[in-house]
Amino acid sequence: MKDIRIHARAGQGAITTAALLGYAYFLKGMYPYAFPHFGAARMGAPMNAFVRVDAVPVRLRSQVYEPDYVIIVDATLMRGFNCFAGLKEKGVALINAKDGEIEKPRIKASQKVFVVPASDIALKTIGRPLGNTALLGAFAAATEEIDLNTILDAINKRFVGKYQEANIQAAKQGYEFIKNIKR
Amino acid sequence: MKHFLEGSFAVAEIVKLCKPGVISAYPITPQTHIVEELAQMVADGELDSQFVNVESEHSAASVVLGAVATGVRAYTATSSQGLLYMGEVLFNIAGLRLPVILTCANRAVSAPINIWNDHQDSVSMRDTGWIQLFAEDNQEVVDLHLMAYKLGEDKSMMLPVMVCMDGFILTHGIETVDIPTQEQVDKFLPPYSPLYKLDPANPLTLGPLVDPDAYMETRYAIQETLKDALKLIPQITADFAKIFGRHYNGLIEEYKLKDAERVIVAMGSVCGTIKDVVDELRAKGKKVGLLKITSYRPFPEQEIYEALKNVSKVGVLDRALSLGSYAPLAGEMKAVFFGKKKKPQIISSFVAGLGGRDITKNSIKEIFRLLTTKEKACEFIDLKPELLKEKYE
Repeated sequence: MKDIRIHARAGQGAITTAALLGYAYFLKGMYPYAFPHFGAARMGAPMNAFVRVDAVPVRLRSQVYEPDYVIIVDATLMRGFNCFAGLKEKGVALINAKDGEIEKPRIKASQKVFVVPASDIALKTIGRPLGNTALLGAFAAATEEIDLNTILDAINKRFVGKYQEANIQAAKQGYEFIKNIKR
Repeated sequence: MKHFLEGSFAVAEIVKLCKPGVISAYPITPQTHIVEELAQMVADGELDSQFVNVESEHSAASVVLGAVATGVRAYTATSSQGLLYMGEVLFNIAGLRLPVILTCANRAVSAPINIWNDHQDSVSMRDTGWIQLFAEDNQEVVDLHLMAYKLGEDKSMMLPVMVCMDGFILTHGIETVDIPTQEQVDKFLPPYSPLYKLDPANPLTLGPLVDPDAYMETRYAIQETLKDALKLIPQITADFAKIFGRHYNGLIEEYKLKDAERVIVAMGSVCGTIKDVVDELRAKGKKVGLLKITSYRPFPEQEIYEALKNVSKVGVLDRALSLGSYAPLAGEMKAVFFGKKKKPQIISSFVAGLGGRDITKNSIKEIFRLLTTKEKACEFIDLKPELLKEKYE
């Protein structure tokens, strides 16, 4: 079983991110459970979305406290929350930020943090600072949990028209960004 | 076919396949995506139904009451305050013997304002005469809706059914759900053919004044019919399994009870979490189990007795309260065993997950840990003692 925790603000598309990632796992024949937890239930309020996935149907209904992977859609949340709380020993975290914009968090040597300029990628590709699909591409490269093509498949089925191609580009660029760091 | 669907959309899909002629709902908080999606389906011409947007849940319940009274299948959904606001009409729907099907997205009630999950809304409506079925996951949610129509509309029943699904955990939870085909649904669920209906060609009166000469008999009749429901539900789940291949008991589900010494009794999605904990503890040699209650009304007393008569320690997990008395499910569990020769040594009562407080594996382990020979009465799990110390000065 793998647990993914997404930190975002309501309105930034974290549910879509969780749904897309879950859908990609579904396309792989896995059993994902994607779900949100709302804070103040207002636009801009901090919220979480989660994906829990397994090879068998997921029964556990609690929130995620010990994630394998963390995706931080809005880096300003790191000021008020410990977004890395409970991150597993070999956990991986993705932060949507520009290089040098944030102080890299101090975490264990066995854990990995990647800073991805997902909003910038989204502005270039989609025209709006919604970095979700760029982050998903980055997630594929950073975790090697799921291949990029499956993520693209999920985007293809979820989006239509001009946003389909734009989000595919965003995911590809997010993927390439991490691949370049890793090289 | 298997889909990756949000619980609310899964409900909309199965309701569409059941072809209600009238859907009525109040669209604003506390409402889910269920009726939003159904309204879209009607607008897109995918579902031939009259969608009646109303100004309150009281009206929504009244519209579906009227629709079913004229012999049309109907559907509505609500939650929390909305269900409470329907309360008066819910009694009427059952009293008029109208098989309305309603989804309750279980959520806490005010005050204080809280949008998150617990069971206080539907549990507070337990005495309305509605059948109440609680689902563990979104597949069961879908399947229970289909069975609910078949059950409620059976000529021996003519009673409304409320399908209860945990708010957010299931309504906003996206998971793999098998949505049946129209052919399968049509094979299982015949068109609604009521025993009686409002029809200008054959006038009749529904719900007139009934004086002390006859009122009690109408209530007795519902009480007796609900006893029959306990026999009909397993027949319907058996018919369901033949067409859809999924097996349910429909009243209760026993999970690793055979040699269990400590058992938690619960309803709804938390049963999944409990199953995971049971497996973990079993791997360590602990004899633990779960009794899931699907049918809260009618209450399957006999089945519960048979399932638990040889278990020594039973812990009842309530996600609702009957303030000032036993927790609702716990009180009824004690009643099942009162005066019986075979019975658990203790029946402890635990309250957890109110107003969306997360029930974790640790919460469940804590309940198992507290299941000792010392009986607990209404023990709150995961309470924050620091908040209780705050004073108004």
